[in-house]
Amino acid sequence: MSAFLTVKNLSAALHGFDQRVLRSVSFSIDTGEVLGLVGESGAGKSMIGKAILGILPSAISIIEGEILIDGQDLQKMKPADRRRFIGATAALIPQDPLTALNPSRRIEPQITSRLVDILGWSKADARVRAMELLNEVHIDNPERVMGSYPHELSGGMRQRVLIASAFAANPKLVIADEPTTALDVTVQKQILRLIRELQERHSTAMVFVTHDLGVVSKVCQRLSVLYGGKIVENSSVPDFFKGPKHAYSRALLAATPKYTDPDASLLPVDESVIEAVAAEVLAADKEWRHGR
Amino acid sequence: MLDGRGSIKRRLGARLWLSGTWLGVMALLALFAPMISPHDPLAQDLFAGRLPPFWMNGSDPAYLLGTDSLGRDVLSRLIHGARIAFSVALVAGLATAIVGSMLGLLAGYMRGWVDVLISRLVDIWMAFPPVLFAILLIAVLGTGLTSIIIAIVVIDWTRFCRVVRAEAMNQSAMDYVSSAIVAGRPRRDILWREILPNVLPTIVALLTLEMGIAVIVEAILSFVNLSISTDAPTWGGMIAEGRTSIYQAWWVLAFPLAVLFLTVLSFSQFGEGLKDRFDPVLR
Amino acid sequence: MVDKNGMANAAPKDNILFSARSLEVALPDMAAKPLFGKAPMIRILNGIDLDISRGSVLGIVGGSGSGKSTLGRALLRLIEPTAGAIEFDGRDITHLSEDALRPTRRRMQMIFQDPMSSLNPRRRVGAIIADPLQMHGFDNVTGRVDDALDHVGLPRGFRSRYPHELSGGQRQRVGIARAIALKPEFILADEIVSGLDVSSQAQVLNVLANLVKELGLTLAFISHDLSVIRRLCDHVMVLQRGNIVEYGDADSVFDAPQAAYTRELLDAIPLPDPRQAGW
Repeated sequence: MSAFLTVKNLSAALHGFDQRVLRSVSFSIDTGEVLGLVGESGAGKSMIGKAILGILPSAISIIEGEILIDGQDLQKMKPADRRRFIGATAALIPQDPLTALNPSRRIEPQITSRLVDILGWSKADARVRAMELLNEVHIDNPERVMGSYPHELSGGMRQRVLIASAFAANPKLVIADEPTTALDVTVQKQILRLIRELQERHSTAMVFVTHDLGVVSKVCQRLSVLYGGKIVENSSVPDFFKGPKHAYSRALLAATPKYTDPDASLLPVDESVIEAVAAEVLAADKEWRHGR
Repeated sequence: MLDGRGSIKRRLGARLWLSGTWLGVMALLALFAPMISPHDPLAQDLFAGRLPPFWMNGSDPAYLLGTDSLGRDVLSRLIHGARIAFSVALVAGLATAIVGSMLGLLAGYMRGWVDVLISRLVDIWMAFPPVLFAILLIAVLGTGLTSIIIAIVVIDWTRFCRVVRAEAMNQSAMDYVSSAIVAGRPRRDILWREILPNVLPTIVALLTLEMGIAVIVEAILSFVNLSISTDAPTWGGMIAEGRTSIYQAWWVLAFPLAVLFLTVLSFSQFGEGLKDRFDPVLR
Repeated sequence: MVDKNGMANAAPKDNILFSARSLEVALPDMAAKPLFGKAPMIRILNGIDLDISRGSVLGIVGGSGSGKSTLGRALLRLIEPTAGAIEFDGRDITHLSEDALRPTRRRMQMIFQDPMSSLNPRRRVGAIIADPLQMHGFDNVTGRVDDALDHVGLPRGFRSRYPHELSGGQRQRVGIARAIALKPEFILADEIVSGLDVSSQAQVLNVLANLVKELGLTLAFISHDLSVIRRLCDHVMVLQRGNIVEYGDADSVFDAPQAAYTRELLDAIPLPDPRQAGW
């Protein structure tokens, strides 16, 4: 069986600029598998998730490549069909639980609206499902939470609600875009466990975007390291943490703090490593231009 | 991803050019009105009344934009009108900006009772209907250019005060203000050296908007005959006159109306354009 | 609750640069303010005692809402404490007026979390660093600015740049340069690497660690990240909801944490290791 999500040679660019922001990105994910997209700010990791969901900022467009979900080529669909298809198969867990919920609406309609509007459920069914989901994300008092406004909930609670709403329609694919970056470590741990639990139970294919290699090692089976919109290393998680192959990945891992080993972690990244990987990206660009 | 740092240069917006050019031309006309205008704006020629503009039948090439019912040259009156409009815009705009911004900065930065006092004053002030307020003021002060300017300042300082206060409060919460305190800078200095420069773009944008408003207020007061003497060439006065003969001589109404509209629009567009340009951080 | 002063009192009295006694901070809760009358006060810090001895590095750690930033700002008198006393170099500065405090200001500096907001966007790097120097009447300002830039490993040419033209790590190093240019004895660093990428994070920490040694600085380092604290600090204070739950030397806090909350914090850190226990 072929992979559930396949991204082939995906390139994206800013309008009116020659410069690509995603550079021939390729990867695939099977059902029930979690792929980590890792990189520093500006590496393009969030952009890949946005490209898959069709929510790229208007100034950026896909100039080349294919995105296949369940064998269907998104680029070949009409925009309206694509939106409906993505709405029914994929979901997003966003980074900022504060801005991702509409502050002036109660929680209940924010979870159920997708079920009602896109999938045509009845209000009553959707409500039952929402309760079930809030139970699933370990919210003790779902009745009360459904009637609350976002500002009445803590950051961790809001992120639970967002996770519940992401899994509401039984998506086959979930894009998690730095879902714990805004949270305290103790809450982060709970949320990561929760995401893993739901992902395993529903056998969801998942793209997990993060800058934190520590987090990757907890939730992903495979990872891709990005620099400048290009994947510089693909690896399985166990292999990667035994020893990354690419010099940039090695530097990144060595720079990641590890309080159990203060002398061999948090090491500054050497300028030469950055220069080398930047040169690699430029060389790939040259080749790509030549090939066009 | 490109974050655009330094690599994307913003185009100098078309609206800044267009509005700037219009305002520049009007300012020059205003400045050199006596030299440029083809006729005396007050000279009447009852035999040449209601002459149409140059492209229509029966026009007189000496009166490019035609004449009004008293035979006064519309073009000359427009040019002299610009003089009055721009003096009001400049003086009233600046005075309003200075008074309002000062109070706004003090309220937003000092907080405490200063803020309470100024904010309450603004609230009470804004409860008066502005047009009535203006008419009342003119009634007390008497008509004339100075009265109009005073009326505009007295009524509109609240506009600056509110916006500048909010902006000053925002800026005061920024860490560069804390870092100035840590560096040992006296509080007064912080207001002038750290906060004011960051509030300035807002003040400038508001100032140009205010200039447009001043032009409109002057026109309104002229329209209801509360400005300077009735036959003085003001845009508002021309519009009021033109209204009475709109079916016989539409141009007497249309030209001042168009000029007024374009000028006010240009002021606000110019302000927005400047605000963008002013900002060292590409946002 | 552990013995708060177990570590600190071991230091001889004259060697203590900064200390706080029963420090309390409360702020009015504007959201709960009744239409008339005063807003109720929310307690942010509940009686904090601390001693920072000269040349040591104290890490202050806690989650959001623990009061760690408030504590730092109260020490530097950026927030007025509601009760308690703050002593700097043996002198009570709790109630000094801003004018009386000014000479002391030079000796205690701060580096901020968000360099984009703490560096005035309308001024060039050179002016940003030179400004406090001029204010305190230093001679040879240009030379001192260059010196500060050298110390943090930035090219001198950066003097003529604007903050937005720099990367996050470079901006933060400008923040450090501005603080050390005044030759202070004490520096407060408030979450200075939390907005940075891992690669620049390590670099900024290295710069700071070297400066502490080279210039004999005393440092209070506030962070939510225990890993970063371990790298830099001799002593660690763990805060939770405005209370000290653990305070001791770094090795014992990390190797044998006493408070349940400290253990919870440590266990929650995702180490870059798929075999980490407890996950």
